[in-house]
Amino acid sequence: MSLRVLVGCKRVIDFAVKVRVRPDKKGVVTDGVKHSMNPFDEIAVEEAVRLKEKSIAGEIIAVSCGPQQCQETLRTALAMGADRAIHVDIPVKDYEALEPFHVSKILARLAKDEKADIVIVGKQAIDGDCNQTGQMTAAWLDWPQATFASKLEKGDDGTFTIAREVDGGSETIKVKLPAVVTVDLRLNEPRYATLPNIMKAKKKPLAKKTVAELGVDISPRVEILSVEEPPTRKAGEKVETVEDLVKKLKDLGVV
Amino acid sequence: MFLRRFLPVLPITRFAHNNQSASAAARVVSISDKVVDTLKGIVGSENLSQNESVREHHGQDESYHSHLIPELVVFPRSVEQVSECASVCYSNSIPMIPFGTGTGLEGGILPLRGGVTFNLMKMDQVVCVNADDFDGTVEPGVTRKTFNNYLRDLGLWFPVDPGADASLCGMAATSASGTNAVRYGTMRENILNLEVVLPDGRIMHTAGKGRRSRKTAAGYNLTNLFVGSEGTLGFITQATLRLYGVPEATVAAVCHFPSVRAAVEATVSILQACIPVARIEFLDEMQMKASIEYSKLQDLSELPTLFLEFNGSEKSLEEQAKAAGEIAVSHGGSEFKWAKEHSERNKLWAARHNALYAARSLAPNCKCIITDVAVPISRLPEIISATKDDIKKSELLATIVGHVGDGNFHACILADPNSTSDMDKMKELANRAAERALSMNGTCTGEHGVGIGKRHHLSKQLGDVTIDVLRSVKKMFDPKDLMNPGKVI
Repeated sequence: MSLRVLVGCKRVIDFAVKVRVRPDKKGVVTDGVKHSMNPFDEIAVEEAVRLKEKSIAGEIIAVSCGPQQCQETLRTALAMGADRAIHVDIPVKDYEALEPFHVSKILARLAKDEKADIVIVGKQAIDGDCNQTGQMTAAWLDWPQATFASKLEKGDDGTFTIAREVDGGSETIKVKLPAVVTVDLRLNEPRYATLPNIMKAKKKPLAKKTVAELGVDISPRVEILSVEEPPTRKAGEKVETVEDLVKKLKDLGVV
Repeated sequence: MFLRRFLPVLPITRFAHNNQSASAAARVVSISDKVVDTLKGIVGSENLSQNESVREHHGQDESYHSHLIPELVVFPRSVEQVSECASVCYSNSIPMIPFGTGTGLEGGILPLRGGVTFNLMKMDQVVCVNADDFDGTVEPGVTRKTFNNYLRDLGLWFPVDPGADASLCGMAATSASGTNAVRYGTMRENILNLEVVLPDGRIMHTAGKGRRSRKTAAGYNLTNLFVGSEGTLGFITQATLRLYGVPEATVAAVCHFPSVRAAVEATVSILQACIPVARIEFLDEMQMKASIEYSKLQDLSELPTLFLEFNGSEKSLEEQAKAAGEIAVSHGGSEFKWAKEHSERNKLWAARHNALYAARSLAPNCKCIITDVAVPISRLPEIISATKDDIKKSELLATIVGHVGDGNFHACILADPNSTSDMDKMKELANRAAERALSMNGTCTGEHGVGIGKRHHLSKQLGDVTIDVLRSVKKMFDPKDLMNPGKVI
């Protein structure tokens, strides 16, 4: 079995950055802000690389949709062990309105064109938090989906046994290929890209495609009306006695 | 940049501050409302706190020393604010204490004479990273783990790893080291430049503003004067660090030995064979017992143990591991137990770094003193054995861990705070460990710093002339002795 794996990697604002709302209140500040690969997509790439190390996967193709800087994210995927990358170039002005509905069509088209056996993506991106792309991709392809994967094991009959994180615990399912898998936090701990591998990654193939070639319509379907910060937390109050506490709670009408 | 505020020297009015104990108040300088208002004007009232909980938080670190609280805490957001606040405090003769993550082990942040604690963590930018030049500059609020996370996409890392997720500038102030020092050196070898605020408020770049060449022979080495100065010469507000490439492959291994001496002698042999081991750490049987339980380590025994790590290319890893394995076996060591996966290695090193907490869990509610002596490597077997014998005679519980590759080890000695005799025994053991090290051409502190508890060893270690020179240097920077007073010298 030598599977071809398609892995989705989204470029997002780095999780450690304090996000700020843009002055025009239509989005967040992205200029000059550190970006990196969506942490769940790192887990997806790591899992694909582990499949290759176990000789289950033969080729890993990393995909990212967005403006030119997405190529940095793809280089990280290549440094982690992906074999080649595809950058689906989306102009900056169209990128803000790009959503799972569009991206899933792109991934589905690429999965078909590249003859992928398995599509692995993070369960959600830390900017949109949509948790839709994997599921929609499976729908377009009419493939089975295993979402929130926390364990992935190949069976002897060519199927995969996957444990899923669900409310209240874990659900184990058996999935026939081709399939879409979305990965959750506990699946693995992604490796750090080593410097020698980053250098080698510069020589790995990176192809550029447009949505026109892929026949995908990315017209916006949603209009952002406004983006606002959550209200600032008010200072708390210290009280001296339990009686004071009860009185204050009563005054606030909560007891 | 020369920033100096000319303020009239404000009279210091005595105000009763409820939370200082009577004996401490006698030595403590009270801060007038006028000064408080001036400081609020510089940092903003939301960045100055006289709140009891906030002050308490700044009155303790990870040492065994008793807590002491500052008069107030400021949270400056820029070097200019640090400079202006320092200037105000200096002209009003108010002690100043730099504060990072509070993870120090020697009481370095305790306000022995009250004063103002400068919590620098709000200055939290990664100023720049020059990947091709292998250097990066950070502010005090950037911790070691935050910075390594930031660097991960570039394939770079900063290898000094003292265990705690400490502020990098704080690590510079204490000349921190850690498990990787045997291969990558300590903070001393890895800082190219520092931006510091002197006690009187002047801003200085120790190697010149913006300088980041990997080597320089220009002028006195002021950078390394500040490294390890423990906040007694000024505030470190930016550090330019030397970065390294994340190596192609890394593997960790565990090896048990029949005796402490065998483990330490194996270490010496491995180093003498020029194997570029990345980490080589010793844990005695007591520490293994504590760590196996605390960190839930599996398949390991309560024996004197070495944790090793090798990195490099895949090929060199094989060679290094084979050579080290043969040496270990020749000293009576067990077969190596390997940990190749990222998460497995992390678990092993987390266990090593949690050694202190594991040791303390052996005797909950006990106070723990951690010795930090370092000696020339060839004397290590002798000093560890002698220290263990001393501990045995005292009947106190203690564990031993060590950066044996650097000749540096830590004895975590536990004592019941309610027993004066036990507490005295604990302190005497630590003193004797230091004296033992000094008698072997060693140092009383390899990496934790002098802080409060080791000042009395310094004159014996350095000698009268050296101590005199140190005092003159301190006086030159800080004639009023306001910069973190009572520490180091």
